[in-house]
Amino acid sequence: MTDPSPAQRFIEAIPHSRALGMQLEEIGEGRAVISMPYDARFIGDPATGVIAGGAVSALMDTCCGAAVMSYPGARGTATLDLRIDYMRAAKPGQRIIARAECFHASRTVAFVRATAHDEDEGLPVATASGAFTMESVTREGGK
Amino acid sequence: MSRAKPEPVQVVKQRRDSALKALIGGIPYVQWLGIQFDRRGDELTATLPFDEKLIGNPFLPAIHGGVTSAFLEITAMIELSWSMLWEEMEKGTLDPRALDAQHLPRLPKTIDFTVDYLRSGLPRDAYARARVNRSGRRYASVHVEAWQDNRARLFAQATGHFLIPTRQPLAAPPEGTATE
Repeated sequence: MTDPSPAQRFIEAIPHSRALGMQLEEIGEGRAVISMPYDARFIGDPATGVIAGGAVSALMDTCCGAAVMSYPGARGTATLDLRIDYMRAAKPGQRIIARAECFHASRTVAFVRATAHDEDEGLPVATASGAFTMESVTREGGK
Repeated sequence: MSRAKPEPVQVVKQRRDSALKALIGGIPYVQWLGIQFDRRGDELTATLPFDEKLIGNPFLPAIHGGVTSAFLEITAMIELSWSMLWEEMEKGTLDPRALDAQHLPRLPKTIDFTVDYLRSGLPRDAYARARVNRSGRRYASVHVEAWQDNRARLFAQATGHFLIPTRQPLAAPPEGTATE
């Protein structure tokens, strides 16, 4: 895994990720770890104070995209589809950490899976799996 | 026996609008994203006004995939909650005047949500409408579509499954009855 500082600048360049306070923890070789702090503005259920599923989706999508970008030879990516399964509510007040892995990529498509945890490292808060477009440097023409 | 006089239209509209406002106004994340809902009868249309903080790719620029996903999920969840509220309002079992941020019906929980990204989200307002395809006692399946300039050119669609909250205490069915 490489030094997160240049990659952190990459995350900082994404206005929405910055707005959600995302922090890149680790990246490299098709894997990424990104965390997001608890913030009362992102509450989805006022009765419980639990973070909105949508904010967790945004974290998962960013983390999966970062994993694809760090895959050897990747130059660009976009989400084709992403499925998120919500296992349990994230504990109010706790940071959420997403870990994504691009486990296969062709020249055109990348397959990614991810998990999200709060401070309890047991059962994940959510898991995700998705397909992403892959713009690779080895692609003919290299446009 | 004379027929009861129909309620004045303003009274009906006010009741429905205040219920919708209470439902949406209490959710911080909906407010933070700036999502608004328009109502025509029971039909809702969600609007996500464009904002710089929604950008995911500053070079194109394009709306963040996570924003699209969140917008669709909120639209689906509000539609489902709204359809349940509507039913209770029409039956007269729920008085919207009793609704505020502290006294809202419990929101459905997302079980899973699958987003199909069809084209990149442009730096413009986005719209979405959801349809409850199936709503049983415990589970619901909701489909949602989002577009920008042209209603027929969707930029994303999604399907989600939701866990329906136990209906307490407003319309709890009598014990021993299984209603669906």
